Amino acid sequence: MLHQMSGSIAVAKAIALCRPDVIPCYPITPQTHIVEHLSVLVKSGQLENCSYENVESEFASMSFCIGASATGARTYTATASQGLLYMMEAVYNASGLGLPIVMTLGNRAIGAPINIWNDHSDAMSVRDAGWIQLFVESNQQAVDVHIQAFKLAEALSLPVMVNMDGFILTHAITRVDLPDPEQVDQFLPPFVARQKLDTQSPLSIGAMVGPDAFTEVRYLAHHKQKEALAMIEQQAEEFSDIFGRDSGGLVKSYFADDADIILVAMGSVIGTMQDLVNDLRDEGYSVGILSLRSFRPFPANAICNALKNASQVIVFEKSFAVGMGGILASEIHMATQRYVGENLKIKSVIGGLGGRTITKKSLRKLVDNASKGELDDEVFMDLDGGTVIRELNRQQEDQSSGPIAENILRDIGVVSASKTH
Amino acid sequence: MTRKAQSAADEQTVKFYQTGTFTVGNRLLDEEFRTVQATQERSNSIDSGHRACQGCGQALGARYALDTAMRVTDNQIIAANATGCLEVFTTPYPETAWSIPWIHSLFGNVASVASGIAATLKAKGDTTTRVIAQGGDGGTTDIGFACLSGMFDRNDDVLFICYDNGGYMNTGVQRSSATPGGARTSTTMPVGDHPGSSFTTGKYLPAIAMAHEIPYVATASVHDLHDLERKIEKAMTFRGARYIQIDVPCPLGWGSEPSQTIKLARLGVQSGLVPLFEAEYGELSNSTKIRYQVPVEEYLQLQRRFAHVLKPANVDQLETIRALAEKNIKRYRLL
Repeated sequence: MLHQMSGSIAVAKAIALCRPDVIPCYPITPQTHIVEHLSVLVKSGQLENCSYENVESEFASMSFCIGASATGARTYTATASQGLLYMMEAVYNASGLGLPIVMTLGNRAIGAPINIWNDHSDAMSVRDAGWIQLFVESNQQAVDVHIQAFKLAEALSLPVMVNMDGFILTHAITRVDLPDPEQVDQFLPPFVARQKLDTQSPLSIGAMVGPDAFTEVRYLAHHKQKEALAMIEQQAEEFSDIFGRDSGGLVKSYFADDADIILVAMGSVIGTMQDLVNDLRDEGYSVGILSLRSFRPFPANAICNALKNASQVIVFEKSFAVGMGGILASEIHMATQRYVGENLKIKSVIGGLGGRTITKKSLRKLVDNASKGELDDEVFMDLDGGTVIRELNRQQEDQSSGPIAENILRDIGVVSASKTH
Repeated sequence: MTRKAQSAADEQTVKFYQTGTFTVGNRLLDEEFRTVQATQERSNSIDSGHRACQGCGQALGARYALDTAMRVTDNQIIAANATGCLEVFTTPYPETAWSIPWIHSLFGNVASVASGIAATLKAKGDTTTRVIAQGGDGGTTDIGFACLSGMFDRNDDVLFICYDNGGYMNTGVQRSSATPGGARTSTTMPVGDHPGSSFTTGKYLPAIAMAHEIPYVATASVHDLHDLERKIEKAMTFRGARYIQIDVPCPLGWGSEPSQTIKLARLGVQSGLVPLFEAEYGELSNSTKIRYQVPVEEYLQLQRRFAHVLKPANVDQLETIRALAEKNIKRYRLL
């Protein structure tokens, strides 16, 4: 049934359709509306037989999830940014123990400097944590992928993180088709735990493992993620059969089949890129888009298959490894070097950091430069070089030049010049 | 006792070495006074073969605590464990000493893991299975403190047991916020003008638990296992958050003889340094009176961690420890 609602409310309703048993939560912008709405659904009795608990920290929240999931509960929580970092130890623990928890990450930048707006730094901080990490482009996909996430998590006994861009999706009011409960029940079977704390059949979970078996345990975690590659594709098909729309899969291609230049990205920026490609195609550009829907497992084969006929790939990402560069770009570089060949040019573009608007105009400039063979290997889109140089000069001139962020804010006139340098 | 167990007991050679002591497990006692451990029906929640040190107070305390909880709940216990000695010595891969459903997640989150287990039981309408969280003093008073306080605040239906040996013994005897003032640890060595652990304002968790006004708080000691069993039993009669702190001597960390564990536990109580009491909903409801009061030196002299405290140069430290015992005696009405 069609509704007009914010991404967060839509996700909360989708979670409720999946009938979770336990939901611990802790507020952090921009995911808070999801757990707020779930509290209403539980308290008002619309979501029955569910323990909802507003706990004292994200670390407690994920730990609560671990206890619940290990006792056989379908378990959900949501977080973002600093919250994810605060729960980090438990994030690794949940995947290490193989517990099928589903968590929404309302993607947000990581401080310092503190910043509540959207980018993918939080998601990338847990890229090696062993969780399945899916990205969505729209609120409709957010609804659909959360339903698939429970099925995937429980089939593999692995936690799944659904990444949705903070504010851009969580706070955007759009049209969403919410599935009927019967459809969800048809798609998502009741949770049968692979391991469960049960007095009728006692087992120990979380024993110490030394060098004699640690490698095998870790390898099996990797193996499970590889298994997920086929499972994600298969479940996307099942989903489409029941719900009548295509909302999943490892990657999504938009005019990429015959394109010479392919933009690669994850999340809501795909919408802006599609607008741009529509324009450029009308003008005769050979350009397309590859949207990565699954980041972990990394769908190397699907990516190579989609990129094999292109000559240039522009990897656009909303985060980077400081001191190294684009994370996605280097992963795609590695995958394509191995399977496509060295002729494919990979350009790394970092943009949209801390919520900076990603305009069609700026994206178009990238494609224009690429088509002329003039796009640099590494680009920080819309970087204000003047501001950077001013601060670098200040640091060179004065050993006590003060905190960078505040200096720059003063330069651009955001804060008053209480201290002059 | 069943007939089968009775006949098995009859066939055993009865050792009399415990006669006349306050130690339990004494098969010479009348049946009604025996501990769970003295019967052959004990659940062996923690089975033999684990890797605890000789004279480990924690292994003893945990065995009694869990077997009692198992008995009073008809074996319906799930336990969550913080990282620490108890976790490590019971689960050397691929073995486990646990015959009950047991989970270890992290060092600082055991209270929250247990809360999650309790929340699941609630969601599924299971009112018979009960949850126990357990950890050492580090996993309780330091790194696990936030999660524990959250669990108290929500009054989650969990019994949290802290095995207090006064330091991070598993990582090599470092100071925790439960380390007694003056004690030598590997991060508070007896050097300089203030040898040993500093005399801070302290972080006495039973009092902090009482401040949360949870249904039941108790302290216990492994020298009086009857009392420990009674307190576990009582804790299981309440719903909501409960806290029991058990004083467990650690031969490794305390520098004591393994054979002195029970004696040390008793001297801790008799000197007033380890008060035994119970509290309900934030109010002190019962104190265990000291039977034979002993000077704190008797307790300290059996532990190498306090060797420097007994030297004349550090008499001020000894005075501070004496004053602490006096304060406990007054506050918890131990005489």
